[in-house]
Amino acid sequence: MVKEKPKVDILLHEITPKHKILTKEETEELLKKYSIKLLNLPRIFSDDPVVEMIGARYGDVIKIIRKSDTTVKEVESYRFVMKGKRVR
Amino acid sequence: MALSGISRVIDKIKFGLLSPDEIRKMSATRIITADTYDDDGLPLASGLMDQKLGTIEPGQKCTTCGNRVGQCLGHFGHIELARPVVHVGFAKLLLKLLRSICPECSRLLLSEDQFEDFKKRKEQQVRVFENVSDVLIQNIFKTARKTKQCPYCGAERKKITIEKPTTYYEEVGLDQPRRLYPDDIRERLEKMNDADCRLLEINPEATRPEWMILTVLPIPPVCVRPSITLDSGIRSEDDLTHKLVDVIRINARLRENIEAGAPQLIVEDLWELLQYHITTFFNNEVSGIPPARHRSGRALRTLTQRLKGKEGRFRSNLSGKRVDFSARTVISPNPHISINEVGVPEIIAKILTVPNHVTEWNIEDMKQLIINGPDKHPGANYIIRTDSRRIDLRYVKDRSIIADTVEPGYIVERHLKNKDLVLFNRQPSLHRMSIMAHEVRIMTGKTFQLALLVCTPYNADFDGDEMNLHVPQSEEARAEAQFLLKVQEHILSPRYGGPIIGGVHDFISLAYIFTRKSSLFDKNTTYQLLEWGNVFQRNPEFKLSDLKPETTDPEPLYSGKAIFSTILPKDLNMQLKSNFCQKCKDGCKEEDCEFDAYVNIVNGELISGVLDEKTYGAGKPTTILLRITKDYGPDAARKFLDDSASMLLYFIMHHALTMGLDEVDITSIMPKINEVMAKANQQCDTYIKAFYENDEETMPCAPGRTYKETLELRIREVLNKARDEAGKIGAIQLGDSAHSVIMTKSGARGNPLNLTQMAACVGQQAVRGDRIHRGFSDRTLPHFKVHDLTARARGFVESSYRKGLDPIEFFFHAMGGREGLVDTAVRTSSSGYMQRRLVNALQDMVVQNDGTVRTSTDNIIQFVYGDDRVDPAKSDHGEAVNVKNIFLKAKNMYEYFHYEKEVQERKFQRLEEEGKLTKEIKKQQDLIENYEPVFDAEVKFPKKTEPKSSKKKTEKKKTVSKKASEKAKKMTSTKKESERLEKEETESKYTDEYFHKLYNEETGKTAIWRGSLTQIFLKWLEKKKEELGVK
Repeated sequence: MVKEKPKVDILLHEITPKHKILTKEETEELLKKYSIKLLNLPRIFSDDPVVEMIGARYGDVIKIIRKSDTTVKEVESYRFVMKGKRVR
Repeated sequence: MALSGISRVIDKIKFGLLSPDEIRKMSATRIITADTYDDDGLPLASGLMDQKLGTIEPGQKCTTCGNRVGQCLGHFGHIELARPVVHVGFAKLLLKLLRSICPECSRLLLSEDQFEDFKKRKEQQVRVFENVSDVLIQNIFKTARKTKQCPYCGAERKKITIEKPTTYYEEVGLDQPRRLYPDDIRERLEKMNDADCRLLEINPEATRPEWMILTVLPIPPVCVRPSITLDSGIRSEDDLTHKLVDVIRINARLRENIEAGAPQLIVEDLWELLQYHITTFFNNEVSGIPPARHRSGRALRTLTQRLKGKEGRFRSNLSGKRVDFSARTVISPNPHISINEVGVPEIIAKILTVPNHVTEWNIEDMKQLIINGPDKHPGANYIIRTDSRRIDLRYVKDRSIIADTVEPGYIVERHLKNKDLVLFNRQPSLHRMSIMAHEVRIMTGKTFQLALLVCTPYNADFDGDEMNLHVPQSEEARAEAQFLLKVQEHILSPRYGGPIIGGVHDFISLAYIFTRKSSLFDKNTTYQLLEWGNVFQRNPEFKLSDLKPETTDPEPLYSGKAIFSTILPKDLNMQLKSNFCQKCKDGCKEEDCEFDAYVNIVNGELISGVLDEKTYGAGKPTTILLRITKDYGPDAARKFLDDSASMLLYFIMHHALTMGLDEVDITSIMPKINEVMAKANQQCDTYIKAFYENDEETMPCAPGRTYKETLELRIREVLNKARDEAGKIGAIQLGDSAHSVIMTKSGARGNPLNLTQMAACVGQQAVRGDRIHRGFSDRTLPHFKVHDLTARARGFVESSYRKGLDPIEFFFHAMGGREGLVDTAVRTSSSGYMQRRLVNALQDMVVQNDGTVRTSTDNIIQFVYGDDRVDPAKSDHGEAVNVKNIFLKAKNMYEYFHYEKEVQERKFQRLEEEGKLTKEIKKQQDLIENYEPVFDAEVKFPKKTEPKSSKKKTEKKKTVSKKASEKAKKMTSTKKESERLEKEETESKYTDEYFHKLYNEETGKTAIWRGSLTQIFLKWLEKKKEELGVK
């Protein structure tokens, strides 16, 4: 049986953190800021539901803004989109 | 050891297999004979113990390199195998290779397109990831396996199966599968082409695939498998040697048979046997074949077994090296020494040494140490001369002669002495406080001695615990120990921002008694207490007259509070609530508290309140110690701890707490308790009756439970209530002055439940959270009827520990107690394993200077450590800044200034009266009188309300801006700001999410499909925006 895609916009759910695709310039700036290579970033699968929703592709960098578990602040994090297990 | 010797740096490491030629080339000799020694006990030439393989006997020279035992590292030999044999370690890879190559031409079964495609993907991965993922290689193998016909020669691929561990078969048609012998496999692999190898990530220059089939076996040097000579003179060989003897013997037989032209069957059998022996030589735990055994039946420990597991080379010898300059012995308590110190027995101090460089300034002392020698305590064991020759002082006849030759530049390895810094450790080393630096104090006895207050971080007690001690050998190590590892630097735990060190047991209960209102001391005792608290040592000017006596009639009596105050910092101000606080509903009476629970310290004086676990205990976030450590530093904190413990120690020696049977004797009110119990039993009976009659009116079914579960729940409730009630009745009888009650109330040890169990009723015993129900069918013991659900039949213990348990109760109690023991045993082992895995996963993560958490390869784990970069050890209970405390501190500083001013003024007055007012003091006086503190402004201090930082700022602003003009300005600005905010608010309302939601509500469709906005939505959005007039 083929599973149909759920017709829910997960981005609207309250516990989904904000996701944003970085532009090339922003990515470069980020790498320069931390003086790292692209692959030193934490990774996320390209077939992750959120990644598919916002339309990010392999090689993109995603910025995630989420509520902190330990502090009151919102925290920024970045993910490098790697190829998912499900080949698209 | 200096780092100056480095001349070459490792650039890269290449891994590969040994080729047969390489094995022959590095071999010192070919091994032919299966024997080891001849009749005279000399190693046989070309035997397994050939002298060319290196030597293990002292005095003998290696015939290959000419070195003796220590110098010669050993040399490999080799055996020429009569027939090739599979190497077990590569059995799996061989299978994969065989399955993916053509049986005829040995090409990789990939079409040219596929080959190129994989090659491209590999190159791409190398470009991006700098290495190739395993998944891709697996994919190549998988794809090759699917090909049916060789694209190069047209041969059909045949199905290849394996019989574990090392037998391969090829299925040809419907016939019996054909055996693939190692030489067949080797032949195929030999034909493999270099490009194919490279695609499979096999570097053909370092590793030809056919080398995975052995034709020559390297023989490890003798020192890898030394033989042991027993006392009886019998030689016992190493397991590896035994195995090699087997290999050589079978190999020789196989060769003879082949040469004699023996039948195929016999040759094959021997070949199989050779395969078995070589397989077990590498790994004796291969599944599918029986492990090779000793004559005694013990499995042999061959190569793989030597490396693997907890007792293997890696975990046991490389990660877990034994070290010099260490000691281990039983620990015992010594309440007289500082928390920074450790008592070291003299015997140990004479063995452990510290290298001391001889200089012009210490040469005389060093000479004395040398003269004292290794047997007299402050002595020395070795001297290292400038030519780095080591002299053992044990064998020096006249040490005074040697002492005279000493000159600057020599190193004297002197005994451990007082004030040396050493590392002290207790296993399991679960947190960083498990290893701390202590100052040495040489003592008599044979145990390490430590202060009672450091038991908490080590989790030590004195029921036979042993601890380890290590002596740092370099200046660098000592500096690190001094500034990072000392006990006083570890008062605050990194787990939570509170002190982990503090009063324990008697120190707490006695601190409570000491600071009670009723404790008053006469002059003599007060002097003693002050002396023990090192008050005069710290402040030589201190006089007893500085202490305000509680009464003067008939003789001056000093309160415990006042005496304790002498060891508090002069400007300490804090308010706390102790364990005795009843949390009065109609507001705290503060200093008038009838329980004396409100601890108020004003300018270093304990005005009210008692000290107990909450204010003086270990691991509590509310202690006085936390404030002292945070505000005055670890040095002051250590002094406070040492002095308070010492002062209390004197008090403890005269007011010990003890407990006897009579203390929990409540016979007089036993009838009352029995009444309660009878009532509870009655209640249980009605519930049980209701259960059998399904009477939902008497006992309604609890939500989400069966009726039986409801019954259990109700009965447990009733019985627990009965026990607590009995406890309460008992507590009245015990009173407040019983020592056991003092212990529980002050938080030193025990809880009210323990007292209840001792005096009134032990209560329900449980196994796995339920009343006891197991044992016989439908009953717990044969003493009861089947299906007896009464309290007693299901493990309720009505007796108290004092009264004693009857046999049935005792049995149930043992059942419950056993579960507790099992639980702790299971918990420790599983938490130990968890710890190991956690440490392995986290060990190379570092918080960098930019706040990121990275691994050693620079991979970012967290962009901001803990989301706020706060070091929990230096935080105030997880908060980076404790605003309340800062305000309190500012206020106290202000108040303290005036207090100090007063004190000084009084001092000057006294001096003036005594006529000792010199010019210099007068100058000081002027200075103080004319000094205006900067913070002496109109600052409002918040009262008790939990201040929020944002609120505070606005409040401050308001107090600052007093002038009308400024006010007006502000008004306009705030107006503008509010307008702007309003605008922003309306604008911010129209976010993407808002529109998405609206769209969903109006049309029932989602705006985003497959990760992008739909066209229909965009059109709708345009319209909607026009309607609303939003850009």
